[in-house]
Amino acid sequence: MSVVRDISRGADGEAARPLPPSPRRASPRQWATHINGWLLLLPAAIMLAVFTHYPAVATIIDSFFSTPKGARPAVFVGLDNYQAMIEDPIFWHALDNNIIYALATIPLTIALAMAMAVVVNGKIAGRAFMRLSFFTPTVLPMIAVANIWLFFYSPGYGLIDQALGLFGVPAHNWLGNEHTALACLIVVAIWKDAGFFMIFYLAALQQMSPALGEAAALEGASRWYFFRRVTFPLLMPTTLFVLINAIINSFRLIDHIVVMTRGGPNNTTELLLFYIYEVGFKFWDTAFAATLTVVLLVLLALLALGQFVFLDRRIHYQ
Amino acid sequence: MTPLYQTGRVSAALETTAAWCLAVLWILPLAYALWASIHPSAYSAHFVLDAPLTTENFVKAWNAAPFSRYFLNTFLLVTMILAAQLVLCTLAAYAFARFEFYGRELAFILVLLQLMIMPDVLIVENYRTMTALGIVDTIPAIGLPYMASAFGIFLLRQTFKTVPRELDEAARVEGASPLQVLLKVYVPLAKPVYIAYGLVSVSYHWNNFLWPLIVTNSVNTRPLTVGLQIFASSDQGIDWSVITAATLMTSAPLLIAFLLFQRQFVQSFMRAGIR
Repeated sequence: MSVVRDISRGADGEAARPLPPSPRRASPRQWATHINGWLLLLPAAIMLAVFTHYPAVATIIDSFFSTPKGARPAVFVGLDNYQAMIEDPIFWHALDNNIIYALATIPLTIALAMAMAVVVNGKIAGRAFMRLSFFTPTVLPMIAVANIWLFFYSPGYGLIDQALGLFGVPAHNWLGNEHTALACLIVVAIWKDAGFFMIFYLAALQQMSPALGEAAALEGASRWYFFRRVTFPLLMPTTLFVLINAIINSFRLIDHIVVMTRGGPNNTTELLLFYIYEVGFKFWDTAFAATLTVVLLVLLALLALGQFVFLDRRIHYQ
Repeated sequence: MTPLYQTGRVSAALETTAAWCLAVLWILPLAYALWASIHPSAYSAHFVLDAPLTTENFVKAWNAAPFSRYFLNTFLLVTMILAAQLVLCTLAAYAFARFEFYGRELAFILVLLQLMIMPDVLIVENYRTMTALGIVDTIPAIGLPYMASAFGIFLLRQTFKTVPRELDEAARVEGASPLQVLLKVYVPLAKPVYIAYGLVSVSYHWNNFLWPLIVTNSVNTRPLTVGLQIFASSDQGIDWSVITAATLMTSAPLLIAFLLFQRQFVQSFMRAGIR
């Protein structure tokens, strides 16, 4: 700071003169800038404070209080809610399921999105249809998607059972079975999101210089080699952007669970946010729901921190 | 771009086939929904070319639930949210892009926080706030948490920063106030970004479900997604044809808009994603 100031004073030819008592006093014009800036920001700042920052803080505070019931107000209970949460097997189910759900959905979605983008970006016949086919699930509401897939999975006369029936496979209750229910939801999530993430890869591919491909072709590199050594690394910033969004989605979007399984059978499709919804709005145990929300907020905060500290530093290509 | 790679004909053909299979597989669920909705329910899982066509499923669905009201609610909702977002985000983005004010860096970080901690996960406390405000079961209550959008502020700030300062200063020399500069210089130059953001916002809120489900409980406020869910989960005798008809009907405006303006949609989602 002082270096910068010294230089500027030198340029003005006033370096020898002693500084006035308060060198940083803002001029009226600068004050106007400060005030205008804040006035412009104010409407959005108020809305954000009321509907994002306040609820986030209130969630943490409420997790240390009991749920108010009728005339009985909330009382401070310390870590009781957290104790109850740790002892709650459904919470652990929800957390485990959510992690499995994320670990299965995200890599598959990203791999498919990348493959789709490479295909659609090439000179393949009918790529307009392909782009349409891949992207269309994105504009459908998850609730509509879930209703369509619900029929596919329905035992006996659903499409999947009918198709398998042709090969003599017996009817199967896909969504009612503890071993297959979560996988069914994972398939739906992949179908819905892959085309959405394809778009970002497509954008990145279109910004790549065609000279790279020409040079690789001259050198006799195979397409797979080119993808592995050139395209894939160049897509890295996009992959990270997609990755962050995919992680958030895997904790944020539970509409299909409401339609298809409601957390069952035997809690095998219970995800964290769905459990929060059940506890908060079915059992009306708001304090416990707040405690569960704290876990979700911590997970998202870790993600934000990870992005900030780790990724921003390592990924700079352009 | 794909130039002359060392690819054999066989592997090229294999690749094309695989890509085609994937594309067909991907469109299949939607194609099926369309099939079921325009044929009598006896044909919903029975695929023959001479199956009779019908619009009966749509008529039944339309009459079985107050869908016209749901359409109106959703329309009001997305319009209200988008209008508020455009105003709030434009003003805030302008402040971040072109004003030096105390606490700007901190304020910007606090705004960006919403990219991670979205209103979708703060349902418990936001419901409490709506109760305190006495507006549970109103359309504004569905929209309020989304109106100051960190995403919108960020996107517009990046755009405003690319506007040459000379344009800004020229307008000011002519005596334009900061708001006039915003409206005459910045907003017109950011038009493509506004279109992109508008499309993303409308499709997000048209499709949003969990928060509207929580905060509404009457026909006069429910958006389409919630209405569809109530319709599909009530006892309709599990007539899949009618349910898929209702499903397609609720998605139709977006779907048709997408098919007509495919390029715009895809480019908008691209633009919104490039940060």
